[in-house]
Amino acid sequence: MLGKLNWNAIPFDQPIPLAAGILVFLVLLGVLAFITVKGYIPYLWREWITSVDHKRIGIMYCLLALVMLLRGFIDALMMRSQQALAFHAPGYLPPEHYDQIFSAHGTIMIFFVAMPFIVGLMNFVVPLQLGVRDVAFPTFNSVSFWLTASGALLVNISLIIGEFAKTGWLPYPPLSELKYSPGVGVDYYLWALQIAGVGTLLAGINMVTTILKMRAPGMSYTRMPIFCWTSLASNLLIVAAFPILTAVLAMLILDRYLGFHFFTNEAGGNPMLFMNLIWVWGHPEVYILILPAFGVFSEVISTFSGKPLFGYRSMIMATMVICILSFMVWLHHFFTMGAGGDVNGFFGIATMIIAVPTGVKVFNWLLTMYGGRVRFNTPMLWSIGFMVTFVIGGMTGVLLAVPPADFVLHNSLFLVAHFHNVIIGGVLFGAFAGYNYWFPKAFGFKLDERLGKIAFWFWFIGFYVAFLPLYVLGLLGMTRRLQHYDVPQWHPWLLVAAFGALLILCGIGFQIAQLIVSIRTSDHRRDLTGDPWDGRTLEWATSSPPPSFNFAVLPNVKGEEPYWGMKLKARETMHLVTDEPQYEPIDMPRNNPTGFVTAFFAVIIGFAMIWHIWWLAVLGLAGAYATFVVFAWRDVAETEISADEVARIDRANRAIRTVVLKRRPKQ
Amino acid sequence: MLYIFLVVALGENQISRNYLLIFVRRVTLETGLPLKNMLNQPNLVSVARQAFRCIVGIVFPLALCGCNESILSPAGPIAEAERVILLNSLTIMLAIVIPTILATLAIAWWFRASNARANYLPRWSYSGRLELIIWSIPTLVILFLGGITWIGSHDLDPALPLNSKVKPLEIDVVALDWRWLFIYPEQNIASINRLVAPVGVPVHLRITSATVFNVFFVPRIASEIYAMNGMATQLNLEVDKPGTYFGLSAHFSGDGFSDMMFDMNAVSATNFSAWADQSRKSGPILDKAAYYGLLRQSRDKEAYTYRRVQNGLFDDIVMQKLPPGDGPHTNDTREK
Repeated sequence: MLGKLNWNAIPFDQPIPLAAGILVFLVLLGVLAFITVKGYIPYLWREWITSVDHKRIGIMYCLLALVMLLRGFIDALMMRSQQALAFHAPGYLPPEHYDQIFSAHGTIMIFFVAMPFIVGLMNFVVPLQLGVRDVAFPTFNSVSFWLTASGALLVNISLIIGEFAKTGWLPYPPLSELKYSPGVGVDYYLWALQIAGVGTLLAGINMVTTILKMRAPGMSYTRMPIFCWTSLASNLLIVAAFPILTAVLAMLILDRYLGFHFFTNEAGGNPMLFMNLIWVWGHPEVYILILPAFGVFSEVISTFSGKPLFGYRSMIMATMVICILSFMVWLHHFFTMGAGGDVNGFFGIATMIIAVPTGVKVFNWLLTMYGGRVRFNTPMLWSIGFMVTFVIGGMTGVLLAVPPADFVLHNSLFLVAHFHNVIIGGVLFGAFAGYNYWFPKAFGFKLDERLGKIAFWFWFIGFYVAFLPLYVLGLLGMTRRLQHYDVPQWHPWLLVAAFGALLILCGIGFQIAQLIVSIRTSDHRRDLTGDPWDGRTLEWATSSPPPSFNFAVLPNVKGEEPYWGMKLKARETMHLVTDEPQYEPIDMPRNNPTGFVTAFFAVIIGFAMIWHIWWLAVLGLAGAYATFVVFAWRDVAETEISADEVARIDRANRAIRTVVLKRRPKQ
Repeated sequence: MLYIFLVVALGENQISRNYLLIFVRRVTLETGLPLKNMLNQPNLVSVARQAFRCIVGIVFPLALCGCNESILSPAGPIAEAERVILLNSLTIMLAIVIPTILATLAIAWWFRASNARANYLPRWSYSGRLELIIWSIPTLVILFLGGITWIGSHDLDPALPLNSKVKPLEIDVVALDWRWLFIYPEQNIASINRLVAPVGVPVHLRITSATVFNVFFVPRIASEIYAMNGMATQLNLEVDKPGTYFGLSAHFSGDGFSDMMFDMNAVSATNFSAWADQSRKSGPILDKAAYYGLLRQSRDKEAYTYRRVQNGLFDDIVMQKLPPGDGPHTNDTREK
């Protein structure tokens, strides 16, 4: 009846995961009780859970990322403390628990922190920057988000029911095959990622369609803001790469569930095939993450330097070159597998070539600041911190791309330091820059600058204290994923690294404080202008937060940086650029719970498959299909916002902008 | 641009002294941009110089000092060649990276909004000549590094026999859950968890796994190479100095992974023969039955030798005539 599920699945014998799991569920329960008592549920259901508004979905993606960041970071603290203690000693985490922690840390940080954060920013910003009202497929968008959240939920369920994978964040066979990992951990991994991966693929299709087909009148490709370009590149990569992930995970599922032999040792299986396939997805994946972050930095640096982005077309070129090259380098993840000099040499050089467009980007950011009036607001601090940190990470990356150097550094802590250097210093700093930059647009008030800057400095310094020792440890021959060790030279460096993790913890603490303080004092820090940073792209032409329809009338784009152009012209004439238009009613897609219900059934399917409860899986599948049928048979797909309502909202925005225009001294 | 490489080739001090000055001066001359304002800050160059010295002078020695185990203090020709390539590549890139970091900080600071002396160029966003230069700098560096990569990948291919007049010693390596088995086919002995090799003699290893993936790695001696079931990879190495070097598996292989450390004893040729003779006199025999015993998962760190090895054992493992290990043997949903 319940498949493999029984009381043995609950880790009563392991206090740490049990306590952690119970804590998570108590917190969840507490939050649920709180919103129920306060009577927020109808509001949340109506305005958020069933919302198909790209802005709301974007915000929920970012929220998911922030929550999962806490979970992933706790894993990181446990790893750092374990390695700090485990010199000539077993430490406090036995291998079977420690192995789950590093696997969960990587999986969570990539799939449920970096990905949702980046996808969330794209979701929120891209339609606004393009001057349109929503993404191409709004309900799809909601489905994407809720499927990603389902994956995250499954990973967290594994804390308390069963176990998580003990194979690393990429489950290399044969270790991940049934024979060597008979537990449910790998199954949790597989189903969580299959479900979240489908969500990501849908999000990618949605965003590509939006950017290619739905731009404001006059917004040609070479007038799109650079963030839209990097989003386009990133989503093209999603569309091209995620089906590979789905396929390779499906093959592993077939191996584990139906006795296939794609990647087994025996019966003609070939684990090397898995390595190739997973990295054919995995390497583009890192560019899926970093390219939108590059876009954020481009926007932030340009805005806070008070200058257009230097070399706009050159930036587009660099972005698209990276987009294409990222598919040609996957083999550098296993130079040490014994391919000959020709193959290793080719992939080493191909990898290095990516450093060319990336270097160009760095120089272009430099030249964007050159001749500017640089304001050091929090988003700009993250950006400068990124430029300094990322070139170091890029350099060590190119170093690892030299096969003879990789022969002694592969899988070492030098590699771990490298990819944290680019993913924290690049993706995460970018996400935080974007979070501080677009927060006032999303909520109508600015985040606290002082706490934001303190958080930045803790993160920045903490990063170096935590990861420079890892570079040294790599040079000392220390490999990754060691649960204990006896080499005395490693110990002091691991203590320093653990201290660095504590500094980052302070950074996270200040970020939480920043958010809480800002919300509590939001009345004092309200941004009425809709343009708190003196922005240059169209999202700043809307009020903060933007109305559900974004633009009363779609803007007519006359050049690069359309909003900057409008502002300049308005400042010259001391009059808003456009006269009050003839307002017309606007049809917006209607909120619906399809995404949430689909995700509910997806969790059921995933959970049932993990525990071999076949009837429940069939039930879940039937439910998901029924949801699709109900949605397809809907009679009313849109709601109309009346012309009066549109006029009322837009007139308020115009009135404020006129006041601001009059207040500002003529330049 | 070629000049940069010449400067790089000349060594560290030359780079710090000349590279930044020449590069920025050329940019200024070729583009006529007001970069000079910034260059006239005399401390910029000296700061750059000091920073470079700091990094080269502090970080590397830190990594080297007191650390006999560092891959930067190699004990064999292969590891030595890899160290040279690593450091050369690093130096070449530092020549670009350090000025870029300093320029980032300098430009951001100089053009701060409150600095009235800085020029504001609100419309300046394109320069064809500058574009050419910023595409050229990384391209040329990569051209240079690409050459090193191509040559290095071929010269240091792990499967390539070493250039030596001495006949190489053959050793077959089998990664187990979670131990290492070293078979000496010429001596017809085997060793668990300890690799003994003569100094100054090239060693040719064939490596496979009886179970999941592992990576054979002795950091100060040779390249990493995967150990995979059903396949044999090859590695060539030589040890210069007698001593004990630590080896490990550099690819996660399950709960006992951290216990897969082993010692590599490099001894003189006479001592090696003595060790082999000694080993032939005592210890168990490694036949099929004994090998099946080894397949069971074990975190035993004990090192011991076998006095005789069944003929063709390694080939049978590679050809899967002997099946791979069984793993944890449990039906529990949580593995304990």
